[in-house]
Amino acid sequence: MTIDGSRGRALAAEGRLPAERVALVDLLDRLLAGGVVVTGELVLSIADIELVRISLRALLASVRDADEEEGDDEPSWP
Amino acid sequence: MSEYGIYLYAVTPDVSGNATAGTTPDEATGTTAGAGPGTRPERAADVSRDTRRGTGPGPGGGTARLHGVLGGPVRPIRHAGLVAHVGEVPLDQFGEGPLRRLLEDLDWVEGVARAHHHVVEALAAAGPVAPVRLVTVYTGEDQIRDLLDRRRDDFADLLARVAGRHEWGVKAYVTRAAPPAPPAVPASGRGSASPGTAYLQRRKASLRSREDVWRAAAERAERLHAALGEIAVAGRRHRPQDPQLSGRSDVMVLNGAYLVDPDRDGEFAAALDAFRGEGMDVELTGPWAPYSFTSLDLGSDRGGGTR
Repeated sequence: MTIDGSRGRALAAEGRLPAERVALVDLLDRLLAGGVVVTGELVLSIADIELVRISLRALLASVRDADEEEGDDEPSWP
Repeated sequence: MSEYGIYLYAVTPDVSGNATAGTTPDEATGTTAGAGPGTRPERAADVSRDTRRGTGPGPGGGTARLHGVLGGPVRPIRHAGLVAHVGEVPLDQFGEGPLRRLLEDLDWVEGVARAHHHVVEALAAAGPVAPVRLVTVYTGEDQIRDLLDRRRDDFADLLARVAGRHEWGVKAYVTRAAPPAPPAVPASGRGSASPGTAYLQRRKASLRSREDVWRAAAERAERLHAALGEIAVAGRRHRPQDPQLSGRSDVMVLNGAYLVDPDRDGEFAAALDAFRGEGMDVELTGPWAPYSFTSLDLGSDRGGGTR
């Protein structure tokens, strides 16, 4: 991923983190509310898992909720 | 039930197989020849894939030494002009029952998430990638080939859309700056209001000004999202992160993701900078693989495979 221009480099320098330092919550935003969703004919997918009992529910359920509102481009303001 | 499942990380184009032109003959035979049951027009492609295999991973398929979940090797399944990047995972962890328990273990979740991310990052560095949502496990490779068969057009569209682009994350917070100095209640004028009334007045004013600060920041966040959306190819919002999760006490008013052409990164940064300050703090993350722009729902469509 080449970034052109000093502006772009500054941008990249600010944003880019080694993979191990990426905040887990930012990662889970993407891994749980983004990506290709495949259902059916699986052993399982995360979409099949009932998340309400999970102790991480503050984390996972919040992402899940956003995902389930179709048109999650417009989440309600807190 | 077998002991292992096939964990799917991501799908990329099969650049070694001349993916765009190479599928045409297959499509022609597949749609017009009325092939009988069991006749798979992709067989020819399978054979050529197998002969190619001896030459090692082609460009874009560079998963030769890539390791994923639980340290397991990642390997490509080439099919229908696409490459599915997969690894075996033990069902004593990735079976439904065990997974329910393990999802309560933040360390385990983090390990899987970071391993998944590591694989996606490596693939993204080599070319267009469609990441698959965390923990998508198949019973076998045949099911994955079937998926690629049925959804090759969807994957091709999606991969064309994200090719050469990357995702930036932008989080905006209302900085919980002390509201402007409370309206002067003259300290000397004790006679005008009781201390209790004065307190309530101050508190009311403080609340009002805090509300104003918040409303102003929310409006600025709207404008920021719109401004970034003009530069980006696409933008979407994730749900704002709870302060417990963001690690900041400030209220998040925007958790945006933007798919950007790299040659517009400079403009993107400038637009972002213009919104810093004035009660709002802005954080940038990325560049990310286009996770937020591949949220294609590939349900178990049995629509006869005419797509």
